[in-house]
Amino acid sequence: MRNVGLRYFTAKGETEALSDITLEIPAGEFVSIIGQSGCGKSTLLSLISGVLMPTEGEVVVDGKQVRGPNPKIGYMLQQDYLFEWRTILDNAILGAEIQGTDLGKAKDRAVQLLTRYGLGKFLKHLPRQLSGGMRQRVALVRTLCTEPDIVLLDEPFSALDSQTRIALADEVADILRREGKTTILVTHDIGEAVSMTDRVIVLSRRPGRVKSDHRIEFASIGGVRPAPFATRNAPEFNGYFNRLWQELEVHVEG
Amino acid sequence: MSKASLATLSDASPQYLDYLRRERWTRITVRGSQIGILVVFTLLWEALPRLHIVNPLFTSYPSAIWPTFIELLRESQQQASILTHAWSSVFATVVGFSLATVLGVALAAVLWRSDTLYKILDPYFVVANAMPKTAFVPIFYLWLGATLSVYGMSLAISLFITTMIIYTGYQGIDPNKIKLALTFGATRGQIFRKVVFPGSVPSLFAALKVNVGLSLTGVVVGEFQSANLGLGYLIQYGSQIFKLNIVMTAITILALISVALYVVIYFVEALVTRGR
Repeated sequence: MRNVGLRYFTAKGETEALSDITLEIPAGEFVSIIGQSGCGKSTLLSLISGVLMPTEGEVVVDGKQVRGPNPKIGYMLQQDYLFEWRTILDNAILGAEIQGTDLGKAKDRAVQLLTRYGLGKFLKHLPRQLSGGMRQRVALVRTLCTEPDIVLLDEPFSALDSQTRIALADEVADILRREGKTTILVTHDIGEAVSMTDRVIVLSRRPGRVKSDHRIEFASIGGVRPAPFATRNAPEFNGYFNRLWQELEVHVEG
Repeated sequence: MSKASLATLSDASPQYLDYLRRERWTRITVRGSQIGILVVFTLLWEALPRLHIVNPLFTSYPSAIWPTFIELLRESQQQASILTHAWSSVFATVVGFSLATVLGVALAAVLWRSDTLYKILDPYFVVANAMPKTAFVPIFYLWLGATLSVYGMSLAISLFITTMIIYTGYQGIDPNKIKLALTFGATRGQIFRKVVFPGSVPSLFAALKVNVGLSLTGVVVGEFQSANLGLGYLIQYGSQIFKLNIVMTAITILALISVALYVVIYFVEALVTRGR
């Protein structure tokens, strides 16, 4: 991603949401982007996914400039947005349906993923019969069902209660690492960023710019990356947390 | 009631039993009052003319409706059977209703597709909807002839409001659901077929419920002018020869038809949205 900027235009004027962002994310890395609300974090994901086009600069994925939605990229939104008129299984294969890929194969894969993540009994259920955490897992399956190489997560746990959120973060981080996906997680939760990802990028206030870039390592728990929940007990956790807290310049304004 | 809930009912707290009693009373009061209103209305309608408080020439009696109905069942040389009239009206309503629904869905889709077109046409829609379409009955008769003008009036009365309700339904779809489809690279057509249309089924049925009454209204008004068949014609004919028995019988059948059509839509809706 090189010198990317984006302005929103309305009748009342233009808003610069992102300014001169240059980022490189190697394949297989699990990165998080944090920043205060309104700093353009979600916009950045929309640019990478090709749902929005930058007004300046270019976004390059896999050596090719992004010109529109790309089946290699899976994008998980803030809420599950499951379609209430479709069953869980039909929701999970929505991507394959739209992309016109082999439906039979997509169905097999969806069933396999849903079963693996504890939803095997709910294939024919409707979304409203499931709890928030289960619904979000269906949304993850929907994203993974199209077999993307890159997964974008836009505050995927923000709509959940805090217990579900920590438990699900463990699960999702594990799933994505095991599947070897390149993952970009957008969040405003510092703890979530530190515990889940290998690298944390801090965006400044609007217009969003890259403010700093931190590598997160937990040497004390051995070479392998520990599960998110375990990192919260690691001695390094608080150090990272405090540094990022200061970076974010969190002020509660009245 | 299942066995489990019966078991719990026997050792339920007195407060809970009290609550159940009050609930049951509310249900009985509502249903009883509904029937009561109908009975009182019918009795007044029967009694007031008989006591010469109102002129029976203008109101007929409820007790006259059934004999009149039997009488009108017979076909005469000038007059078709009342069942033929009723069928003619029902058929025209179904035609107008179906046309308005199909065209309404399509028209709303076109407006949804192009925001600019919607902005251009919006004032015309508002005026077309507010205008009394019945003013066109004589013109429709000239343009379309006896049968088609009835369908035309039915369509004209129901089309615009149907389109507007369905369009509002399309607009009410969560934009994030559309964004979700976009992240998979959906085309406009796919967004419509997979997100917008299935997502607005509840408002589609709201539109159909309004539409069915308006279609019937359009048919009756169209028949006033043009046809020699249909309940609208029968009402017109009966009032011209001052036989209010005929008019009231036709109106009673219209009421039954409108209830029946509503019930049909209600059940189709229950079938389609089952389990939602």
